[in-house]
Amino acid sequence: MALLEIRDLAVRFATTDGEVSAVNGIDLDLERGQTLGIVGESGSGKSQLAFSIMGLLARNGRATGSVRFDGTEILNAPPKVLNRIRARRIAMVFQDPMTSLNPYMRVSDQMAEVLMLHKGLGKHEAVAEAARMLDAVKIPDARGRIRLYPHEFSGGMRQRVMIAMALLCRPDLLIADEPTTALDVTVQAQIMQLLADLQREFGMAMILITHDLGVVAGACERVMVMYGGRVMERAPVGPIFADPAHPYTQGLLAAIPRVDQKGERLTAIPGSPPNMTNPPPGCPFAPRCAYAMPACETMPPLDAFAPGRERACHAGLATVRAGHAPQPDLPEPAAADLEEAPAGILQEAKP
Amino acid sequence: MTAKPLIEARDLRVTFQLPAQGALPWAKSRLLHAVGGVDFTLMPGETLGIVGESGSGKSTLARALTGLVPATGRAIWQDGTDLIGLSPRQMLKYRSQIQMVFQDPLASLNPRMTVGQIIAEPLTTHHKGLGRDEVRRRVKDMMDRVGLLPNQINRYPHEFSGGQCQRIGIARALIVEPKLVICDEPVSALDVSIQAQVINLLDELQRDLGLALIFIAHDLSVVKHISDRVLVMYLGRVMELAGSQALYADPQHPYTQALLSAVPIPDPQLERDKRMIPLRGELPSPMSPPSGCVFRTRCPRAQALCAAERPALLGDGHLTACHFPGALRPEELAASA
Repeated sequence: MALLEIRDLAVRFATTDGEVSAVNGIDLDLERGQTLGIVGESGSGKSQLAFSIMGLLARNGRATGSVRFDGTEILNAPPKVLNRIRARRIAMVFQDPMTSLNPYMRVSDQMAEVLMLHKGLGKHEAVAEAARMLDAVKIPDARGRIRLYPHEFSGGMRQRVMIAMALLCRPDLLIADEPTTALDVTVQAQIMQLLADLQREFGMAMILITHDLGVVAGACERVMVMYGGRVMERAPVGPIFADPAHPYTQGLLAAIPRVDQKGERLTAIPGSPPNMTNPPPGCPFAPRCAYAMPACETMPPLDAFAPGRERACHAGLATVRAGHAPQPDLPEPAAADLEEAPAGILQEAKP
Repeated sequence: MTAKPLIEARDLRVTFQLPAQGALPWAKSRLLHAVGGVDFTLMPGETLGIVGESGSGKSTLARALTGLVPATGRAIWQDGTDLIGLSPRQMLKYRSQIQMVFQDPLASLNPRMTVGQIIAEPLTTHHKGLGRDEVRRRVKDMMDRVGLLPNQINRYPHEFSGGQCQRIGIARALIVEPKLVICDEPVSALDVSIQAQVINLLDELQRDLGLALIFIAHDLSVVKHISDRVLVMYLGRVMELAGSQALYADPQHPYTQALLSAVPIPDPQLERDKRMIPLRGELPSPMSPPSGCVFRTRCPRAQALCAAERPALLGDGHLTACHFPGALRPEELAASA
């Protein structure tokens, strides 16, 4: 039995502009100790997927489907059940450590609270244990600095505090939502190294949510590429980069400039991400896809085509691999921008 | 090089005076040296990338060139005028030649102005004699040029996506036909697929219009892609300044080497095999920077000389401010880890 089993998970938000489908029918299995990278751009649903697992959706959000953690159904579970699992079994690290730590509490109090609540430790023991964990995430002079307030730490150190706090109860699963996006590259490298070390030490499974393909390449065993609330491709990390089987994955890889290669003109993906209040029918990537065809009006299933590899695309694998896109139909970036602009603009501007 | 530089900066400094800590009236106010003596030249039509971590002073340097923060030193424009210390009235003439594109595409556009008004504003400020129809024609031409539809001229910024807002910001900067455009993190708020569109657009416009660009970013891959030369900053000082290919292929300064080694490579094999150069400790406070070389507290190669004497930016084409430049050897790395 997998540690985390997600079946047909969907997340919808009721907004004044109508219902928004942030996540659509996702299946996912995660084994103990495994690291899964979830890659996607803003609005791809990657963060909402994580929030729904943790029961942290905004009040207007509704999740359907099934999320089983270690055999227990936790989707939409009552807070009592969730509170036995959150922090103790599943912990989360957020993107912005300044807004996720309480600015009015000393780090010692915030961290001790977790241990007193979940482990029933006394205040004194809890602070001592918290200091040991700060030491484990390599904060120099942990015993002295635990008395400080969050604003007295630098961004990188604050993220270390967040990670230490998440690991206090030795969770089986750590969900890290863009943990290094707000940090400088040198600090990012330190934090990713730290996460890898701690994961090995504690035998945790990890879900790493990011938009940075370089970070994924270094840290993950499997990668799931999301777009418009759906999974486009899922594979072990090697094939995703060496042999991307979905047009969107291909497009993403071609669009990033690389520090280790000579600069040529970047191949941009035309258009912009879909407006989720009014998503295109079928495959959400179709309006920007060079391989789009009439069949794309319906969403292709996520099919396995090789061991451990799945893709959701109507275009033939050989066609996508060869990169033989039907070029003449490729829309100009500007025109495609328009097609994807909010609905109001679309209707007026089109002849 | 026989051509005259577009801008020549000599010992450019920006110092902020911070209020005294505590309430005692005799407490001294403190000085923060955001930019501490930067020299560089920029040729017409060239792209200079500026990289550095947060707090390195790269944005402040850009703001000093446009007169948005007070600076000392010299910044000689092509016509021989020193831009530093010009009165706002005198500066106005040069503002139309130096334009800026900002990081947050939506926050840098006035939400209560239409796209047409936003793009036209620099034009009506700097060319007061233009008729309404002429202004409108030029705005529409420029919108077309940056990949916006001219019939969206009466829309408001919130109706556009992030990538389109950045196109509006670029159109606003280019409408007065500047010679230099300073882009401060122009793509870091954008998604990967959109980022490539904007980089390609900047690339194209630069080539067609013969613009000089100063491109500031923390993403070293993006800077490498777009720049002819790259300037590496740390704690308000220039560490290294070299041609883009040379800098990335053969970095001389230990800081540049550490910075480049930290950039994640989107290739699982290369990323896992690469050798990281760890940096000790944290960025020192700019209020009390280390003596001598500001990087010495974190440098694997630091010696007594580095604390005593500030290294000058030296070299032939490939400039390095380091007493002991050159690639770090494996045993040095092992010692610093």
